[in-house]
Amino acid sequence: MLLIECPWCGVRPENEFHYGGEAHIARPADPAAVDDAAWTDFLYMRTNPKGRHAERWRHIHGCGRFFNGVRDTVSDRVLSTYQPGELPPS
Amino acid sequence: MRFSIYSLLRHAVTGAGWPEQWRSPEPKVAYDVVIVGGGGHGLATAYYLAREHGVRNIAVLERGWLGGGNTGRNTTIIRSNYLWDASAALYEHALKLWEGLAQELNYNVMYSPRGVMMLAHSVHDVQVFKRHVHANRLQGIDNEWLTTEQAQAFCPPLNVSESLRYPVLGAALQRRGGVARHDAVAWGYARAASALGVDIIQNCEVTGIVRGSSGAVNAVETTRGRIAATKVGVVAAGHTSVVMAMAGVRMPLESYPLQALVSEPVKPVLPCVVMSNSIHAYISQSDKGELVIGAGTDAYTSYSQAGGLHVAEHTLEAICELFPTFRRLRMLRNWGGIVDVTPDRSPIIGLTPVPGLFVNCGWGTGGFKATPGSGHVFAATMARGEPHPIAAPFSLERFRTGALIDEAAAAAVAH
Repeated sequence: MLLIECPWCGVRPENEFHYGGEAHIARPADPAAVDDAAWTDFLYMRTNPKGRHAERWRHIHGCGRFFNGVRDTVSDRVLSTYQPGELPPS
Repeated sequence: MRFSIYSLLRHAVTGAGWPEQWRSPEPKVAYDVVIVGGGGHGLATAYYLAREHGVRNIAVLERGWLGGGNTGRNTTIIRSNYLWDASAALYEHALKLWEGLAQELNYNVMYSPRGVMMLAHSVHDVQVFKRHVHANRLQGIDNEWLTTEQAQAFCPPLNVSESLRYPVLGAALQRRGGVARHDAVAWGYARAASALGVDIIQNCEVTGIVRGSSGAVNAVETTRGRIAATKVGVVAAGHTSVVMAMAGVRMPLESYPLQALVSEPVKPVLPCVVMSNSIHAYISQSDKGELVIGAGTDAYTSYSQAGGLHVAEHTLEAICELFPTFRRLRMLRNWGGIVDVTPDRSPIIGLTPVPGLFVNCGWGTGGFKATPGSGHVFAATMARGEPHPIAAPFSLERFRTGALIDEAAAAAVAH
């Protein structure tokens, strides 16, 4: 079970959280203006990297808030977490 | 050499060693077709390309060892009672091939049609399963509804007490469903493909895909050097996103660890395969006597081939409830495999935006059952350069057109 640091509540076990998939995928501001390829990319295509992955979590059995984290998908180690709206740490 | 009762007896009497079952050649500098991934699906693809399409100059490149990925990590369940016509056609195609596979390959894959029984625990389950039974009968696929009493008669250790938190209200049974020996599937296809001239190259990781000025594939870079090929089939399961990224193609895939575990071996106690999607139990008994249990996926994407203990524990709780007699069994081994999951839980088989590059992936939590059918239709797709009719609905293109195959009858572990 992972230990994940909620930016507001601190380090908690994984089963207090809900996984929210890849982070930083912006919905096109005007969906009618983008072509099918761009819309498909937004809806379905995922980076799915082997290594550093920026992803969303929600502390659903805690403060209820969303936040982002960077995790290594090989070791499963959560490298850092940060508040929504912030850029991922380099 | 061919296996027969005489060759088995001769070896039993003389004690002579068995020869290697497939060749392990050095990679050539060029092939007509390169298959990336030496699991069951990749090896089956190579076999059917060689046998049915006359393509003999093929290499299968495997990063580790044959069948060391999901082929050797699944719970070996075979069935074809899917809901939608496209899926039912694909999995039934596979099931028909399973029925003759040992004879075709001259290798005992130990296909055992002992029946797959899916338990219903709520009114909703009952309605959904009956709909499946009717859909399957229209598709010509065997699937029948059992009452609670019939379910227990078919599987005596099943606890059908009304006091269960999720009592058994009935079951859907596919009698032709069952299990097979997963390693034997990889070995049998490898042996048969090698005999037809396919080069099987283990410990050879693909590190790049080389595209020419037209954009078409013309080689792969590997840890054992560059290998030229104008047709490349990626059959890399959980690592498909990684391999396809080498060609600059983004995929609608996420990779998750899926766990399984086995108990200590005991005498025959469980005559069939039992699945419960609602409370999440998957169990059968291997010929060695171990209870083989399928657990769920972790919540997050990962390439770690391990998973959280709480995921396996969740499944064991359901097993103990359904089969109180199993409570004192000790678990021997627990492992994970990396499964590539698509948004609609259906596989992707076909062409890609890159000329010469083909992909067969997205089998998610239920690919083993499809191994022969998957290889068969993918081989035809690669040989002809256009989708086999059964594979056509499973194109990568469907995510752009919106013609998804939303298959809730896929193994429910990822739902």
